[in-house]
Amino acid sequence: MANTDLAETDLEFVTFSAGGQSFSIDIGQVREIRRWSPVTPLPHAPDEVLGVMNLRGSVIPIYDLAARFGLDRTPESPRNVVVIAMHGSQTVGLLVEAVSEILSVGRERIQETPDVRSDTARQTITGVITVDEGMTRVIDLAAVVQPRGKAAA
Amino acid sequence: MAPQSSIRDTFFEECEDLLEALAEGLAAMADGARDTDTVNAVFRAVHSVKGGAGAFALTDLVAFAHRFETVLDGVRSGTLDLTPEVMHTMQRSADHLADLVEAARNEDVLPPDVSDAFLANLDQCLGAEPESLDMGDTPFDFAVIPLEFGDDPAPKEPAGHVIRFRPLQQLYANGHDPALLIAAVHALGPCEVALDLSALPDWDGPDALTPGLGWTLRLAGRESETALQEIFEFVEGLCELDISPLEDAPVPADPLPSVAAPPPPAPGPEAPSPAASAAQKPDLAAGAEAGEARGPKPTLRVDLDRVDRLINSVGELIINQAMIAQRLQDMALAPDDDVSLHVEDYRLLARDIQEAVMAIRAQPVKPLFQRMSRILREAAEATGKSARLVTFGENTEVDKTVIERLADPLTHMIRNAVDHGLEGPDARRAAGKDGTGTIRLGAAHRSGSVIITIRDDGAGLNRPRILDIARRKGLVAPDADLADAEIDGLLFLPGFSTASAVSNLSGRGVGLDVVRNAVTALGGRISIASVPGQGTEFTISLPLTLAVMDGMVVSVAGQTMVVPITSILETIRPAPGDLHRVGTDDSLLSIRGRFIPTVDVARSLGFTDPSARADFPLLLLVEGENQSQCALVVDAVHDQRQVVIKGLDSNYGQVPGVSAATVLGDGQIALILDPDAIAAHRAGPAATAAPRPSLFHADVHHGQH
Repeated sequence: MANTDLAETDLEFVTFSAGGQSFSIDIGQVREIRRWSPVTPLPHAPDEVLGVMNLRGSVIPIYDLAARFGLDRTPESPRNVVVIAMHGSQTVGLLVEAVSEILSVGRERIQETPDVRSDTARQTITGVITVDEGMTRVIDLAAVVQPRGKAAA
Repeated sequence: MAPQSSIRDTFFEECEDLLEALAEGLAAMADGARDTDTVNAVFRAVHSVKGGAGAFALTDLVAFAHRFETVLDGVRSGTLDLTPEVMHTMQRSADHLADLVEAARNEDVLPPDVSDAFLANLDQCLGAEPESLDMGDTPFDFAVIPLEFGDDPAPKEPAGHVIRFRPLQQLYANGHDPALLIAAVHALGPCEVALDLSALPDWDGPDALTPGLGWTLRLAGRESETALQEIFEFVEGLCELDISPLEDAPVPADPLPSVAAPPPPAPGPEAPSPAASAAQKPDLAAGAEAGEARGPKPTLRVDLDRVDRLINSVGELIINQAMIAQRLQDMALAPDDDVSLHVEDYRLLARDIQEAVMAIRAQPVKPLFQRMSRILREAAEATGKSARLVTFGENTEVDKTVIERLADPLTHMIRNAVDHGLEGPDARRAAGKDGTGTIRLGAAHRSGSVIITIRDDGAGLNRPRILDIARRKGLVAPDADLADAEIDGLLFLPGFSTASAVSNLSGRGVGLDVVRNAVTALGGRISIASVPGQGTEFTISLPLTLAVMDGMVVSVAGQTMVVPITSILETIRPAPGDLHRVGTDDSLLSIRGRFIPTVDVARSLGFTDPSARADFPLLLLVEGENQSQCALVVDAVHDQRQVVIKGLDSNYGQVPGVSAATVLGDGQIALILDPDAIAAHRAGPAATAAPRPSLFHADVHHGQH
């Protein structure tokens, strides 16, 4: 996880907003950031799976991050972007409203997720980081994409 | 370290080929081929495995191969009758040899008692012979030339051999040195060498380059002819060679240890009797010549990853071509425009490349079938039944991945056929059949698919019992009235097992549902046909390749989708009176006097966008498993094209009713529908009026995994 170029305790995250909240993901998992383009919907897919899109010949599923966290679907907007991320050999896209910044923080600044009631949040957020105006939620990509994706089958 | 391990890898790769040749040769022998070529090929395969294994100090493998070789040598020299028992032992030994190679490859050690049992069987074959040597654990000494020092105390053995050896020009051209060969012979024992100049060409003659030197070697001692042939193995076809036993030549000395003495480093195979070895010589020479003439086609071993990378790129090329073609079409150029013509050439070239690349991955099913003959033998042994495997179409070529992933389902089906399909020998004879059951395994190409059939000549399916079991297990409603084909189809339901007693062979809790899932995962279909008293036939239909397929592009609920051409029987634009409503939602299509259920694809997929409904839907008549037909309702049919299959599994997972996806000319993704799954989805509620059998429903999803 840790980027070897940095001090051992420093971690880098890409932060973005979805559903009006701030989320972040380990930079090592992010492949690229793309403009939104229409997707092909999948039958019997959970609400947060918008469909699949063509990324240079690969078929990758696009998740609406806001919907995944039980918020409303991200409204269509030309400013929406797709964060292409990899978890193991699995490549997925996360639809978000905007990418904010790259955050470099020491490991000690990541707090454990407080005991929240939402199951989704407990299972998919590994911790929170305080930033100037509030906090950003560190998401566990594996938890976000895997269980529901498989359960859909 | 690295070079050593790569040599080791090469050895195991070669072993695969050798074991394949071995299995093939033994199969030919079992079918009655007794010619020297076949026997020699078998012998050479075992011998080469032994030689290579010696170099890597794989002692178990060497010891076993050695004993196997001894038996084969007996067969080769005619001292051992090829009785069915011997044949069986040899085939089982070949299986064991393959196990040993596999174990050595994985650096495992097989339990010694397993090998001992096989060694004992081999010894039994040699029983009639005065084989009394302890050869099981003597180390095999590997030298540059695999010499074998025999000390076979055969009673009537030659006192020595006369070797007439005349190199051809090719021998020199290939860099062999007669002096080394002669020295190798000399190393076997006291040897007289005489130079034969009789064929020396005229120095001034036109063929001054033709070598004329020949040698006559007289080797004393009990050396077996095999050992001599091994010396000359590498120059087979490069020289005139004649080895004959020296009957009554004076033995100058006997430096070899007597029988009572401790065995020398490596014992040799049984010496053939003089008569047999004399009779065999002309054949040997002929065999060598024939082998030279045939020669294997040169091949290239390539890392599969490289091929796959190429295939992926070609897939992208095809998509790219389609995109360009579509753009051109949008530009509405004249059909004879230069650009259009070039793009058409591009299309043809891309197709050619694609076919050529696909051919790299295509492999004959032969090795797979050969493995099945082993499975059959083991299954027959375990059940005490007598069975033989008849294969046909072994040269049918199929994608390598398909072959690999077919191994498990086929294994299971062969076991099933022996265990459940065939009756015991007594029951067979009582029914007026041959006591030995026959299982036919065949492969053939049929209109873009590969058809694999597995047929037994057993008792056929016991339908009343299947229905009984299914009812007891709650798989069907107690009062359901099922047609024969539907009853047969019950076998594919998860957790179904007909064997009343769970045998340790095929009753391991994996049923035909696993087989069907494996086949479905390959984009194939499996069906079953059975005639009581005559047997059961399974037919597996598979796509030629997993990478591309011909599809029909349709629209459903505003989405572009692809339906595999192979499953479409016809497209129908129904007249107003052809569709008959049944209940609120279902409708039947009347076609040629029959009523066929229809399935609304959009609804089945959960796309209920009423605004996108077409006023005049089209119907695709598809045939599902077990020949049940059904009509899929789509909004429009566009065209037919070859599409590159892109899996959804790796990045997402299985999607009910969808087998894969593809990229269209405009870069958009289109889903490839799985008509079987869509049809089956509907079959659940309709098949029985009783409470919906959840299994049918679950099966739809199951088939996807």
